[in-house]
Amino acid sequence: MEIGLTQILFVSCALFFIGVYGFLTRRNLITMLMAIELMLNAVNINFIAFNKYVWAGRLDGVFFTIFVIAIAAAEAAVAIAIIINIYRNYNSIDVEDADVMKF
Amino acid sequence: MELKDLIFYLLGAWILVTALLSITSKQIFRSAVYLLFCMMGVAGLYFWMNYEFIAAVQIVVYVGGIVVLIIFSIFLTQQVGHNLPSPKPTQRIFAGLAAMFAFLFFWAVIRQYDFAEIETGSEELSVRRIGEEMLKYQDGGFALPFEVVSILLLAAMIGCIVIAMKAKPEKTESWL
Repeated sequence: MEIGLTQILFVSCALFFIGVYGFLTRRNLITMLMAIELMLNAVNINFIAFNKYVWAGRLDGVFFTIFVIAIAAAEAAVAIAIIINIYRNYNSIDVEDADVMKF
Repeated sequence: MELKDLIFYLLGAWILVTALLSITSKQIFRSAVYLLFCMMGVAGLYFWMNYEFIAAVQIVVYVGGIVVLIIFSIFLTQQVGHNLPSPKPTQRIFAGLAAMFAFLFFWAVIRQYDFAEIETGSEELSVRRIGEEMLKYQDGGFALPFEVVSILLLAAMIGCIVIAMKAKPEKTESWL
């Protein structure tokens, strides 16, 4: 079987839902952030694969991937600043422990 | 089976196995290292698709930047040798079912859809072309998003500093 778009989409789809599973089961902020990074990577693979197989000659998918990577870097930096701040206040980064705003 | 196909299957298996290990590992540091391997597998997939520039960006930003940042924050916030608590069984079951059914649904849709694939020519995606398109402001250029992302990075940098700054004692508080 020739490797085409469908096979690559299988990998990215599976990677995305592995990320979803991790996001739903982990209770630690850093591991949740890692699950989000997995999902963003799956999206990037999609953009590149579509750019290669359906939209060749244009660079739209490439640029979307570059911007997603830049925004992911900014997001990771802000998230880690927030995580360190939470750790300072609660001495833990478990999402169950930060419950001051819980009604 | 050609060598190219074999490499694709190996890369796909590598990505999925390391991703699974990364979200199920009990020790958070191992989890981060598996994430690093997964990112390198994704970079390999970009190399496989002949997008060398994106693969290089992936290695520089994800492997060299984000994962190292995550490892640093693990060192700052975790006790050594402390295992993560395993999720509750009900939570694990429902999250697994949700992810599995969503995946099966997506896969069913993807498999029956007939993508109009066009043959990719032998034209190389040169870095020169990426740079020219990125700074072009006519039709099809990406100058505006480029500038917007630069503003976003500046805002994120200032935001990080403000969030992570230690609260000053009372005397100097009016300075902020």
